[in-house]
Formats: sequence, structure tokens, C-alpha cells
Amino acid sequence: MGSRASTLLREEEIEEIKKETGFSHSQITRLYSRFTSLDKGENGTLSREDFQRIPELAINPLGDRIINAFFPEGEDQVNFRGFMRTLAHFRPIEDNEKNKDPSGTEPLNSRNNKLLFAFRLYDLDRDDKISRDELLQVLRMMVGVNISDEQLGSIADRTIQEADQNGDNSISFSEFIKVLEKVDVEQKMSIRFLH
Amino acid sequence: DCIMDESWELTLTLFKAWFSAVVTVIMLPAMFGVSLGITEGYMKILWATLRIQREHKKQEALNTSLANGIIQRGDGSMEQEIGELRRCRPKSLAGGEFTLSDIFYFSRKGIESIVEDEVTQRFTSEELASWNLLTRTNNNFHYISLRLTVMWALGVVIRYCILLPLRITLAAIGLTWLVIGTTLVGLLPNSRVKNWLSELVHLMCYRICARGLSATIHYHNKENKPKKGGICVANHTSPIDVVILANDGCYAMVGQVHGGLMGVIQRSMVRSCPHVWFERSEMKDRHLVTKRLTDHVADKTKLPILIFPEGTCINNTSVMMFKKGSFEIGGTIYPVAIKYDPQFGDAFWNSAKYNMVSYLLRMMTSWAIVCNVWYLPPMKRQEGEDAVHFANRVKSAIARQGGLVDLSWDGGLKRAKVKDTYKEQQQKKYSSMLVGEDSSD
Repeated sequence: MGSRASTLLREEEIEEIKKETGFSHSQITRLYSRFTSLDKGENGTLSREDFQRIPELAINPLGDRIINAFFPEGEDQVNFRGFMRTLAHFRPIEDNEKNKDPSGTEPLNSRNNKLLFAFRLYDLDRDDKISRDELLQVLRMMVGVNISDEQLGSIADRTIQEADQNGDNSISFSEFIKVLEKVDVEQKMSIRFLH
Repeated sequence: DCIMDESWELTLTLFKAWFSAVVTVIMLPAMFGVSLGITEGYMKILWATLRIQREHKKQEALNTSLANGIIQRGDGSMEQEIGELRRCRPKSLAGGEFTLSDIFYFSRKGIESIVEDEVTQRFTSEELASWNLLTRTNNNFHYISLRLTVMWALGVVIRYCILLPLRITLAAIGLTWLVIGTTLVGLLPNSRVKNWLSELVHLMCYRICARGLSATIHYHNKENKPKKGGICVANHTSPIDVVILANDGCYAMVGQVHGGLMGVIQRSMVRSCPHVWFERSEMKDRHLVTKRLTDHVADKTKLPILIFPEGTCINNTSVMMFKKGSFEIGGTIYPVAIKYDPQFGDAFWNSAKYNMVSYLLRMMTSWAIVCNVWYLPPMKRQEGEDAVHFANRVKSAIARQGGLVDLSWDGGLKRAKVKDTYKEQQQKKYSSMLVGEDSSD
């Protein structure tokens, strides 16, 4: 009996996603199941509203920023490939031992790419720099109404001072990496996917 | 022409004879609570076929993993996780604890909830570990073998051409008898006889309806059955819950007044014994609702009221937040746990996907409805306990007995957005990690 979903996942697609993201066959089919269950419009793509319907995500202070990470610049719909590509950032790095990509391109879940994901959560206008303003906005999302503007401002100033090395009063990606070099990114930005 | 008429008449007569024989054989015993063993025999056949099917089918590894979920979620608290993140940071600056890595905690939690969350999965039918030959549950199972296809096709014929007409007839008879019977009893003056007759009529009709669904119900701990003047609360999976519970006892129903067929049934039921029906406008007035229920409960001669505090249908894998209204009335609460076995039919009513008619159709074309009902020991509100706490206590007891996940999320999230207060709680918690307890403003 075939599946009733109108957009069935073909074997070739699964193989392509496997190569690109490193997920196993069964993980991909299960995540596809999840994708279709979120897709209320049943048109093969997810909109921002589809994500916001998840209560645990809606109460996450950075929920909107995380949802935004799935959508490429200027687009309002994400398909399954894009969905998987973003989730792939959170695969544990140890899982890479089995499928080493011969072409040598950096896997999506490398330490660098995980840090890039986090960097982009701060970088609101996608100009590859975290300005004081952007940092303030993200901080405001995280603390709500509980901290005054002045206090938040001084926290932002301190953070930029600590990280900024070339004096442009903003944090570039390489400065970001330097500040977090001792952090166990591999563990903290990974999710254990079961097989 | 003449021959056509004759053969048509013959078929009709045979059909009528067969139908009345079968219906009488099933209906009459049902009315008197006597079992002829037909349903039991049918269930045994079903179990046997399922076992045969499983032995011959290739079991994919998918089956076992379905029970586990897609990911293993981190279980550290906000303080724990962010604390660990911050320990890696060079301690050079005085005051203020923020580090850029704080964001890792929120992003991981967010992605985890996108992959798998506790709430949205409760509003769709439970996934089965192995296929039960109903087309509708075939999400992850594709074409497997010719043998299975043949069995499935046979199943379709049996379910739609034999079982469905039979069940519709039984349901029709059951409901018609309910309306007629209760109206007749309603004509009697109030007396012990009237009450006894009313209970008899109700029981008979619900038993016929249960047969109309091929329902097999196991009642446990009958010594805890709800008594008059009490309040029976149960977890809610479908409108069928009412039939399931009313097969073993008489309850005063609580609900909104409907139009159409439902309204006819409601109006006639209330003639023979008091039920509590609310107009739509009255439902909004919480004080009015509480008052009417309190009055009913205070009268110890009236039947126990039946309430589903979740307020909406959940898919029977969890119990969601109990609305505190029923727990403010006072009186004794009789908790009941209902757990359906999804193997032979999915009882959950996904009201977003199916309306009542299609839902009933699905019910009547399933193999059978199998469920367990546990009557739990009565509970009372303790001194100084508030209604919310009491409601949670009852909810936990029901969840534990039924083997269901105990959630505090509101079932209303099926349609409504989550309240901002939860997000504000998270923000408050994080703020105290930034500047300590003495944050200004």
C-alpha cells in the first residue's frame, strides 16, 4: 500500500539528503514524517506559522530567531531539503566518522558551522557583523521586560569590548570564534538523534 | 419483467429475514446485558489473524524505534546548562554574567522542540508499531507483499459491506429506542419506578450502541464506581467515551445544547432523568455553570455527573491540563481512566480533520473498539488545597493508572495560541541569571 501523502519522498531524494546532511535513512524518513505533520497546508513546504504552532517553540524567548534560521533571505517557505539542511547543523560531530565526505567540503555539523548558526542568530541584518544594536535587540528578546535599558546597554558594551579586536565596535565571525574557543560547542550545539 | 419482480421480492424477503435474525440475536442479548459470545468469538478471530499476519510480515527496525521518539532530549535545567556554558569563559570582567554562548541553550531547546515536542503530537492519532490492515493507519508502511494486499482487500469488503450496514442498523435502533423509551418514561410521574425504568432504558440503549461499534470494554475496580451526588471525571479521547462509561452505570450528562438530531436526543433524555444541558450563552458565564452543577451535586438523589475536564479530545497517549471549574464545585470526585487499545481501531476524534459524521463512519468501519476502564478510588479536596492543585492531583492519578503521559499543557492549544506568560516566565528566569535577584526596574 503506498503512502497517502501526495509528495512522497523518493529514494533518490533520500540519498541526496543523506550525502548532504549525513543523516541516516531511517532518520530521514522519520524527520520527513515530522515535516509532513507540521505542514498543515499540505503543500510540501513549511511557513513561519507552521513553526509557531509548536507551543514549546512559541514560548522560547528566541523562538522567532530560530524559526528565521530556516528561511533563506527573503523567502517565506522552506521545503524539506532546507529543513534538513538546517537541522543537520545539530548532528553530533562523532556521527561523522561513518560517512566521511570524500569531496572534502566541510560537513554542515562541523564546529565552525555550528558557531556560524549561533552567530547568525545574533546577526539580524545578515551583514556578517554583530553590531551593538543587534546585540541589544537579541538581549532584549531573551530578558523581556525584566532588565532596564541602561543595564542591558552596559552588558552589551562589555560584551563587545571583550570580543572586539579590530576596534570597529562590532563582532565579526572570527572574533566570535575567538571568544568562544574554549566552549564545548560540539556537545552544547548537538542533539542526539536516535536511529 | 415479471421474473425481475419475483426475484427482487425474494431477495428482499431473504434480506429482511437474515437482517432481523442477526439483529435480534445481537440486539436482544445486548439490551439485557447478556452475552451470547458473538463479540468474544469475533475478537478471538481478530487476534488470531493479527498474530498470523505479524509472523509472516517482515518487521522493519522502524517498529521498535517508533516507541522511542526521534531524539533524546537534554534534561538539564536552564541554570544547569547555561552555567556549564559559562564555566568555559575567561573570568576577567566583574559583574554581569552574560556570555555570547548563552544563546546555545535556547537554540538547542528550540531545535529540539521543532524535531519533537510534547504537545502537537497529542492532537493526531497515535502511530502504530505494526500495521493493522486499515488503510487509514498506513503512514509509514508501503507495499509489502501480495499476501498482505489480498488480506487488506478482503478486510475492506468485510468492513464496508458486512460490518458497516450491521453497525449502522444497530446504532439507529439504539438511538431511536433511546428517544422513544425516554419520552415514554418521561410521561410517568416522579417515583422510584420511574428512576429504575429510566436507568434501564438508558443502559439498554447504550449497550446496543456499544454493540454497534463492536466495543469490547473491560471494567476494573468496579467497587469504586461513581455514586449518586458525586462527580465523575475522566480523560477525553472521543465522543464515544460517553457510550463506554454509560455501558456500566448511569450518569447525568453535562454539555451544550445542540440542534438537529443531537438536540432531539438531548431533549428526550432529560425527560426521564435530570441531565445538565447548557445554552451556548450560558456556557460563558462561569458562575452560572458552577451554580447549576453545584445544585445538581447537592441533590443526593440525582445521578453522578460526568465531566471531561480536559475540555477537548486528546489522542489517548497523554492526559492534558484539567480545567479547574469542575474541581471548585465540591463534593466527591470519582476519577476514571479510559485507555483504548489502538490495535483494532483508532478511537481518537481529530476534530480538525474529520467532522462528526465522517468520524462515526470511521468508527463503524474499524475492526473493533477495545478499551480498558479503571475506576479509581474517590478523591476529595483537602483542607487548604486550591482547585488547581486538586485538579493536578486527580490528573496524575488518572495518568498513572492509564499508563498515559501526565502533561500540564492545555488541551486548548489544539486551536489557540499559547499564552505569553510562559515566555515571560522563561525571560524572567534568564534575567535573574544575568544580573542576579536585584535587577532594577
